[in-house]
Amino acid sequence: MLLDVRDLSLRIGTVGLLDGLSFSVDRGEVLGLVGESGSGKSLTALALTGLAARMGATITAGSVVFDGTDLVGLKESAYRRLRGKRIGFITQNPMSALDALVTIGDQVDQVSRLHLGLSKRAARAHTVEILSRLRIPEAEVVARAYPHNLSGGMKQRVVIAMALAADPDLIIADEPTTALDVTVQAQIVMMLADLVRKRDLGLILITHDMSVVAQICDKVCVLYAGRVAESGPVRQIFAAPRHPYTEALIGCIPRDGMAPGSLRGIPGTVAAVSQYGADCCRFAPRCGRADARCRTQQPLPVVTGTGGMLACHHPVDSPVKEAADADAR
Amino acid sequence: MLGYVIRRILMLVPVFFAVSVVIFSMIHMLPGDPIENLLRVGSSPAQREALTAKYGLDRPLVEQYLLWMGNVLTGDLGTAIVQRRPVAQLVAQALPYSLTLGGLALCFSTVLGVVVGTIAASWRGSWLDQGLMGGVLFGSMLPNFWIGLLMILVFSVSLGWTPVSGARGWESLVLPVLTIGLGGTALVARVTRIAMIDTQGKDFVLLLHAKGVHPLTIQVRHVLRHALIPVVTILALRIGWILGGAVTVEVVFARPGLGSLLIKSLNQHDYPVVQASLLILAMAVMLGTLMGDLLQAAMDPRFRDSLT
Ligand SMILES: Nc1ncnc2c1ncn2[C@@H]1O[C@H](COP(=O)(O)OP(=O)(O)OP(=O)(O)O)[C@@H](O)[C@H]1O
Ligand SMILES: [Mg+2]
Repeated sequence: MLLDVRDLSLRIGTVGLLDGLSFSVDRGEVLGLVGESGSGKSLTALALTGLAARMGATITAGSVVFDGTDLVGLKESAYRRLRGKRIGFITQNPMSALDALVTIGDQVDQVSRLHLGLSKRAARAHTVEILSRLRIPEAEVVARAYPHNLSGGMKQRVVIAMALAADPDLIIADEPTTALDVTVQAQIVMMLADLVRKRDLGLILITHDMSVVAQICDKVCVLYAGRVAESGPVRQIFAAPRHPYTEALIGCIPRDGMAPGSLRGIPGTVAAVSQYGADCCRFAPRCGRADARCRTQQPLPVVTGTGGMLACHHPVDSPVKEAADADAR
Repeated sequence: MLGYVIRRILMLVPVFFAVSVVIFSMIHMLPGDPIENLLRVGSSPAQREALTAKYGLDRPLVEQYLLWMGNVLTGDLGTAIVQRRPVAQLVAQALPYSLTLGGLALCFSTVLGVVVGTIAASWRGSWLDQGLMGGVLFGSMLPNFWIGLLMILVFSVSLGWTPVSGARGWESLVLPVLTIGLGGTALVARVTRIAMIDTQGKDFVLLLHAKGVHPLTIQVRHVLRHALIPVVTILALRIGWILGGAVTVEVVFARPGLGSLLIKSLNQHDYPVVQASLLILAMAVMLGTLMGDLLQAAMDPRFRDSLT
């Protein structure tokens, strides 16, 4: 396994923002990390790359085993040698992710000069090659341009180019397409998927777009309020979601042939982080299947038959609940 | 870019004339005139009138202004009425002292201020941050003449390291430069610190960390670079102030300079000298602002592109 995260918990101040996350990615595999805004996706990415401490966050439990080594508690200098070199991190907000005062070329060169020890000239050749491979026209010209000369889609490609520059083993992409228009979104997503297959690297794709997950992910891990609700192979999760939240998320994807206006949202909103309960299912207030137990006892994640996880007292296909439903009818 | 520079310089022309009118009228509206300083006790009204006529002070103000401006534009600053020497000579004598002192003080406060601000921002909230910022703030609140006198007492009188006063040799520059420079340091340090803290929170800084760039490189090569833009703007505005505002320090250290020339001539109502000194200071302010904008254009590609 390339990356194996187990029981990862993290807090900022006294607020526990991530609670016992477990998931894994292997080479050649795409893991989708999904969840509503505020569910802790970006924090997870920061925790994996050793940048959470910069936000004032502390990892309180768990392990992040990358290629055989536990990264939790790794010295900062050692972590820095991994970042950019073995773990490429595509941060959220491509629009503002580039240094406005530095040319595109210099910013991409920085990675290969730092991690591959390339000379100025070699680094630039390398940069131009990567940019062209990401289908940026006239890469030499773009390399001499400044970020404000580029469109959003171009900037996003440049950020991807930086993540790829040192030929990493793992890429973490935090909502790489949210700021872009739909046609560009599709291009970028396909480009990333393509890279995974060609270079045999692991990809963690953070998104709240279930249709993107359906398109390119092999596995998916659904977060809700800092906890894993459900995870497993994409095919299986989409065919038979077991957590009511996952079911609702999938229900939100617009599909061909759907009547206009029939798109279902999920009623209610995620609790504020300060209101996160410990001994309960955090989805209970919005869940149609919740009962007293859901409000007083945390559903612990259990390993499912397909190698995924499920944290729910009353999964969608649970016979007890179905029977109870049938009785009620 | 060249077009922008030319446009900016052309824009300075009307400003120059407006400033000269303001300077001229202000000075001539002040009570008193230079003739009083020339007359001996017991001179007759006729003698007074003759002198007034000799310097053209009896003519209408508009005519006097046009005459003065005409001469200035041909490079003639006139002759000092009381000090009886060409104004150009007086100014040329004083200006180098002011430029050296002002320039060195500006460099000193910039370098120290940027270093202090960078350290304070990098260890934000620590005792180092609080100590440094408190220190420079305290230093900038003390009046210039007081720091000057204190330094003379310590370094010149007690330790004998530097001359007490005068303008001979580089040693005599040390204390005045420190005295003026300390005042500007706090401003530069504060602007640098705030701008750096603001920049540190930007998305692009997170990406730099994600690329594995060393935090020191990020601070100096990226964050500081952004923070220097407002610092440069503020420093450019201070150039004129530093040239003319060194009066107290010049007096304390008994140094010649534009500031003391201006004060002396104001006391004597020596119109041509006052007008020329003020005009030079005003031009220094204008050129400082222009230089600030040009530096900003050199530092910020977004600003550069917005010009064309
Ligand atoms: N520095 C911080 N201090 C306190 N709370 C924070 C901090 N950073 C993030 N949080 C909180 O942690 C929670 C998770 O944030 P995170 O950015 O990981 O969400 P996300 O899932 O990435 O959301 P989005 O889809 O909007 O990017 C949010 O509720 C946020 O308010
Ligand atoms: Mg996020």
